[in-house]
Amino acid sequence: MNIIVPIKQVPDLVEDLEIDASGKALDRDWLKFKMNEFDEHALEEALLLKEEHGGQVTVLALDTGDVDDSLYTALAKGADRAVKIVGDFEQGVSSRQAANILAQALRGMEYDLVLTGVQAVDDLDGQLGPLLATALGVPSVSVVAGVQVNGRTATVKKEFAGGLVAELEVDLPAVLGIQAAKQPPRYAPVSRVRQVMKTASIEEIEAGDPGAAGIEVRRMFKPETGKRAEMIEGSPEEVADRIVAILRDRGLIKG
Amino acid sequence: MRAVARDVAFFVEHLKGQVADISFELAGRARALAGETGGRSVAIVVGEGARALAGQVACDVAVCVDTPEVARYNPLAYAGAVAAVARAREPFALLFGNTSQGLDLAPAVAAALERPLLAYCREVRVEGEKVVGVSQVYGGKVMVEAEAPAGAVVTLMAGAYPADAGRGAPGAVEEAAAAVDAARVRFKALIEPEAADVDITKQDVLVSIGRGIQSQDNIQLAVELAEALGGAVSASRPIIDAGWLPKARQVGKSGQTVKPKAYLAFGISGAPEHLEGMRDAGLIIAVNTDPKAPIFDVAHYGVVADLFDIMPALTEKVKAAAG
Ligand SMILES: Cc1cc2nc3c(=O)[nH]c(=O)nc-3n(C[C@H](O)[C@H](O)[C@H](O)COP(=O)(O)OP(=O)(O)OC[C@H]3O[C@@H](n4cnc5c(N)ncnc54)[C@H](O)[C@@H]3O)c2cc1C
Ligand SMILES: Nc1ncnc2c1ncn2[C@@H]1O[C@H](COP(=O)(O)O)[C@@H](O)[C@H]1O
Repeated sequence: MNIIVPIKQVPDLVEDLEIDASGKALDRDWLKFKMNEFDEHALEEALLLKEEHGGQVTVLALDTGDVDDSLYTALAKGADRAVKIVGDFEQGVSSRQAANILAQALRGMEYDLVLTGVQAVDDLDGQLGPLLATALGVPSVSVVAGVQVNGRTATVKKEFAGGLVAELEVDLPAVLGIQAAKQPPRYAPVSRVRQVMKTASIEEIEAGDPGAAGIEVRRMFKPETGKRAEMIEGSPEEVADRIVAILRDRGLIKG
Repeated sequence: MRAVARDVAFFVEHLKGQVADISFELAGRARALAGETGGRSVAIVVGEGARALAGQVACDVAVCVDTPEVARYNPLAYAGAVAAVARAREPFALLFGNTSQGLDLAPAVAAALERPLLAYCREVRVEGEKVVGVSQVYGGKVMVEAEAPAGAVVTLMAGAYPADAGRGAPGAVEEAAAAVDAARVRFKALIEPEAADVDITKQDVLVSIGRGIQSQDNIQLAVELAEALGGAVSASRPIIDAGWLPKARQVGKSGQTVKPKAYLAFGISGAPEHLEGMRDAGLIIAVNTDPKAPIFDVAHYGVVADLFDIMPALTEKVKAAAG
């Protein structure tokens, strides 16, 4: 079974996010990037399926910057191939454009399953999975937690609100948007990643035509903070006293 | 540019014979937007019993697709049905909820129709021949105003517009028999969540923990605080995905919606998917080391501090106060 996992670098949200001089994008100089957390789950699910059924896992990334570490880490975890799509991505790539580029790359590869992350925190024009599936003419299911493969079909669990789950059967090849793998993503020791960096290599292919963007950003801004919380300051004991007083006022602490 | 009509269409989501609240929110907004474009608001209802479901939704026209292929939820068939209806009508804008179904359908329909898509919108407007959306991205830390030509597909976040404006009845109901390609995806079963040891939707007080708790062992700290308060421990999604707490304890979009009298959030950033499940709690107190964490935008009280300093101190004080 051939499984493709497209991975994306996203800003680490624990860091401060600053808007650049154009007012339309984040200031990249200050950003720290990491692999989209749902892609970690997509990769984990792919590795679990490979362990069960055999086959090959290929991680695929657009070279939007800082992708090598994530690709090597994926190899260290057990992916068989890492492919980087190079091109002019200076102006940014929307999900739709990324879908077009990935679709062109995938037409030259064999695949039974494409496992994407369910979504990334930075896309404005929708999730890549269904866009890619439509371009490839294959079915897709999003918000998937758990994939079982039997021959040419996959049985997937799709999550709805309230913990309700739909079980769907999907013919392969298919694109699945992974929310959570069957088990927490595995960890690759740094020593193993270093070793892989010496022995393995990342393949490169040229990006095809991304097409037009479709939407236009007018401005980026920080959310209004008018409704912000009343902040409690002081030592832990002072803070705790205040919270106790607030809860007691509302009858939530007896005594 | 393609020719579009003036109507504003929206997808009516339902599960287990219930119209989802988000659909009423869309209905209300679609009607307001149609007032500006000079068109009608058009509900698209797909699935078994579509006509009956449409009966609850305020709109000018409800277009119902109730064929065997779409009897149960099937992303391929549903996207095909909505695309067929949209192709026949070329709406000025087509709205979906940013929900589990919306995540399947909005991009698929937008791609099939070759229309632009504005996702994660908290706000959608019409300006001349453009559709303008204000989206919430980067886990709620940044807003983006973006525009697309008329014809755009839009996904709206839950709670962006009031649901009450969209409850009512359609002015007219039509049936559409869209031929769809459904065979490659088959609906097998709807699985109810496992019975929970604790029902977090019925608690007065929730001590809710996020990734800031760092390890499974540390959860004991939250358990002790919850016990002192006579409440229960709930959590954000990563805690459940790590296997540290059962799924029934998850608050948010793909978990439970809770409305306790007090919700104490420790080490939770406040991503939109989490806020969706708790923003209506009576009292929200958040503790986070990041002063810019979006959780502080919905909290009544906030503490910028290390949860490992606050939580044990609070447990002691609560125990002392309760005597
Ligand atoms: C379709 C879909 C559905 C989803 N459904 C849900 C859902 O139902 N529920 C849900 O919660 N999420 C859901 N998510 C995930 C959501 O997008 C976020 O990823 C998630 O809510 C983040 O959880 P968190 O706040 O615990 O972690 P993070 O975002 O990593 O935040 C951790 C926070 O802890 C703080 N922190 C770290 N250390 C400390 C410390 N010592 N003391 C105090 N604070 C500290 C950090 O500053 C940070 O703000 C969903 C996502 C998708 C795509
Ligand atoms: N530029 C990209 N390169 C590779 N994969 C991507 C890219 N953009 C999106 N993806 C994949 O699509 C998923 C959803 O991302 P998004 O469409 O940005 O919500 C991600 O989790 C990745 O798996």
